[in-house]
Amino acid sequence: MSEIVATDALPKPKRDIAPLLLPLVLALLMIPLVGSPSSWVTLTVASLAMGMMIFIMASGLTLVFGLMDVLNFGHGAFIAVGAYVATLVLLPLASWAQADSLLINLAVLVPAALLSMGVTGALGLVVERVLVLPVYGQHLKQILMTTGGLIVAEQTLYALFGPQIIPMPLPAALRGSFILGDVAISKYRLLALLIGLVIFVAIELVLNRTKIGLLIRAGVENREMVEALGYRIRRLFLGVFMTGSALAGLGGVMWGLYREQVHASIGDELTVLVFIVVIIGGLGSITGCFIGAILVAMVANYGGFLVPKLALVSNILLMVAVLMWRPRGLYAVTSR
Amino acid sequence: MMILSGDPPRSRALSILLVVILLALLATPFVFPGAKALNVAAKICIFAALVASYDLLLGYTGSVSFAHTMFYGIGSYAIAIALYGLGPSWTSVAVAVVAGLPLALLLALAIGLFSLRVEAIFFAMITLAVASAFLVLASQLSWLTGGEDGRSFQLPELLRPGTVFIGKEWFGFPINGRILTYYLVLSACALMVLALLRVVNSPFGRVLQAIRENRFRAEALGYRTVFHLTYANCIAAMVAACAGMLNALWLRYAGPDTSLAFSIMLDILLMVVIGGMGTIYGAVIGAAIFILAQNYLQALMSIASTAASEAGLPLLPGLLHPDRWLLWLGLLFIASVYFFPTGVVGRLRGKPAAKH
Repeated sequence: MSEIVATDALPKPKRDIAPLLLPLVLALLMIPLVGSPSSWVTLTVASLAMGMMIFIMASGLTLVFGLMDVLNFGHGAFIAVGAYVATLVLLPLASWAQADSLLINLAVLVPAALLSMGVTGALGLVVERVLVLPVYGQHLKQILMTTGGLIVAEQTLYALFGPQIIPMPLPAALRGSFILGDVAISKYRLLALLIGLVIFVAIELVLNRTKIGLLIRAGVENREMVEALGYRIRRLFLGVFMTGSALAGLGGVMWGLYREQVHASIGDELTVLVFIVVIIGGLGSITGCFIGAILVAMVANYGGFLVPKLALVSNILLMVAVLMWRPRGLYAVTSR
Repeated sequence: MMILSGDPPRSRALSILLVVILLALLATPFVFPGAKALNVAAKICIFAALVASYDLLLGYTGSVSFAHTMFYGIGSYAIAIALYGLGPSWTSVAVAVVAGLPLALLLALAIGLFSLRVEAIFFAMITLAVASAFLVLASQLSWLTGGEDGRSFQLPELLRPGTVFIGKEWFGFPINGRILTYYLVLSACALMVLALLRVVNSPFGRVLQAIRENRFRAEALGYRTVFHLTYANCIAAMVAACAGMLNALWLRYAGPDTSLAFSIMLDILLMVVIGGMGTIYGAVIGAAIFILAQNYLQALMSIASTAASEAGLPLLPGLLHPDRWLLWLGLLFIASVYFFPTGVVGRLRGKPAAKH
């Protein structure tokens, strides 16, 4: 038995990189299957961009679950509300959005995204206080309450905006693609990729380099201990919930622009995808969520290209495969 | 008492309500002639059985499944595909039962073994994902299922509206195959509800309740919780598939919107919670209240909406539009989880709220 000396550095936690390599291996495996390199690059960029959007929506959900053991089945409502709120800015200012200048485009896009995040963040505050707070620690009721919230939010959207699909065209400067040789990369996907990476890095920095992040990570691992040390974890949780809601709203705006249309049913549609990502990643893990999102998007894109029929159930197959390998998701961070 | 498995309603008001519902359902073809009333009554019967089977999961084991409509859909599609493909005969119905029920059982078993090992929350997410994949599958495999349009089919001779047993001269309307079908649906559903009542009051049902209250302790007492939960999941799936078969027989049609849609899953959830979880009787009451509201409340809302728009009120016409009735039910849903989590049955029984 080796003696531990007080001045020694703490033992470094073991890095678990196998899940990190998974998307890389998957992408490389696909090169021979896809055939032409140019379509491989296009598909890979497409799946990375889609993965980033899903990650943005899912990140809040996984933290909310990890920290407080609350599963929000109404998470999809924030996505839908975010997309609808953005149309409030984008549609009246359509002429700005269609102007042929990146600056003017951004002058309407950025406020739209910020407004969406503000509204969904505020909505998150209300939902947390009204629907989640009374049923802490009661899983069954949480699921019922948040499902009820989802119904009400969706129906309210229908009542306010009408049941029709609202078009949400991309700003002019973001249309089209960059052409590199014979590879075409859509500009909007590149932007989505960029935003997703920035948010991922920001979340990782906050979690790993700040006091708040330390408390959140500690709370995910052992809530009672953090409370025993005198921190008001409820307040911390409210902050995480609001941030998660705002991120879901941002994800909704990006998804609306990606599809170039908005409908209240995107809430339901994406909830399933987001859940799969959260399960694959391991409840409560941001890194797992990031990898899970990329994997889901890759399977959807490559699968859709190679075997279109398989794309219908590919997500389920992916989930089964991952859970066979690691039954608690790629990274199991909670002790539960 | 035997027929209720020693679990009577335990409240005078509740007993009266149940008797009224039963009598109304029995008398519907004679008291309220007309297609709409009969359709509503048949739907109440089918949903009472479907919701009761969901109550076995939600109320007695405490696991939230979002895949219940999948089993309901398997039943519906089994009947539809068999009768469409093999022609309208009783053999086809038998084929549907023989093919559909084992399929539902196998899927329930697979989902149960795969995901019931873990917490309720995990099970909920996995069932949601599987059910949505199944919905997509059913609407895409159009050579088999008819895609979005679904499958319409003919019933066996005996059940057709054209088959008249007693002419108009007796009741002023003919007793035909349609009414026979209705009573078939009613009796099958009543049997299923009574059977579920039997299940939950058996020693097996007690173990389920023990698992709901404290899974860890139930396991410590030596019960194999995964086995019990999977068993319950299979029973619920079989009943749901039977209800789906009756639904298809009644509608002479099966499609994604009538059997698989996520909105039906939400309806079931609402019915269980409004009626009262963990009581079985709640399923009957919840189904009756919900389906009556679904069919008759909308007319009322339409009147209110027109009145509001004539009075020039903002927003209200949109909120009161008949298509938005689910909004009000959603609010009712949240309110009932909040204020009376034991539902109508719990309220009428007047016992302190059960803790989950």
